[in-house]
Amino acid sequence: MVQKTKIKAEEGKQELIITREFDLPLDLLFKAYTEAELIEQWMGTKVIKLENKNHGSYQFETSYNGNVVFKANGTIHEVLHNKKITRTFEIENMPIGVQLEFLEFEKLTENTSKLTIQIIYKSEKHRAEQLKLPFANGLNMAHNRLQEILINSK
Amino acid sequence: MELRRDVFQAIADPTRRAILLLLASQSLTAGAIASNFDTARPTVSKHLQILTECELLKQEQQGREIYYHFNPNKMKEIADYIEPFRQMWDIKFNKLEAVMKKYKNK
Repeated sequence: MVQKTKIKAEEGKQELIITREFDLPLDLLFKAYTEAELIEQWMGTKVIKLENKNHGSYQFETSYNGNVVFKANGTIHEVLHNKKITRTFEIENMPIGVQLEFLEFEKLTENTSKLTIQIIYKSEKHRAEQLKLPFANGLNMAHNRLQEILINSK
Repeated sequence: MELRRDVFQAIADPTRRAILLLLASQSLTAGAIASNFDTARPTVSKHLQILTECELLKQEQQGREIYYHFNPNKMKEIADYIEPFRQMWDIKFNKLEAVMKKYKNK
């Protein structure tokens, strides 16, 4: 099967390149990134603030069982309609640090489009922290699941 | 207590990456490895120690000499780190596609 989402993480570099082709017209893909209500739906996070303009900023927050479990924010450097968004992104209280993101939106056909995200980290070490995150979460989840099974089997 | 060596820390250093490249095709002694670098011998030894501690390299005694080998399994472990990250994005982007298809048909 062809992988729809591709990640390029070259050794010795402090950047990641994520590419994805969508079965959506360019207009809709861009909208998914610029309307708070839509971001909330696909990112699964609450949008506290979103100023989609040059020199704007944004804030995301996710709660689980009444506790805030994820907080992220950034400043928006530039927004070019249906073309690009340049912004920073930082997950609060994480060792990854702030990252610079270049999002490029491209039309492929009338009904398909492509998104390229170039993410630049402070250092290669910071990039490694980012890559470890879902891996660590996966391990935590497996661990929690195991605990649940153990508790329930008592 | 000393923290266990981190594989990512190990490959973050350019000299250590050069050592890994050098050993990818051959097994060498510490002396032979050091002769490929301008760096002082004790510095190279330190790099070899770090790479061995995090299992990117393996030592093998052959007569009086210790040879260093590259451990490809550990390298694969690093590549596997990227896969969960990719899958996380793939799931998010699938969601985006589904949300926007629904939005279009409204």
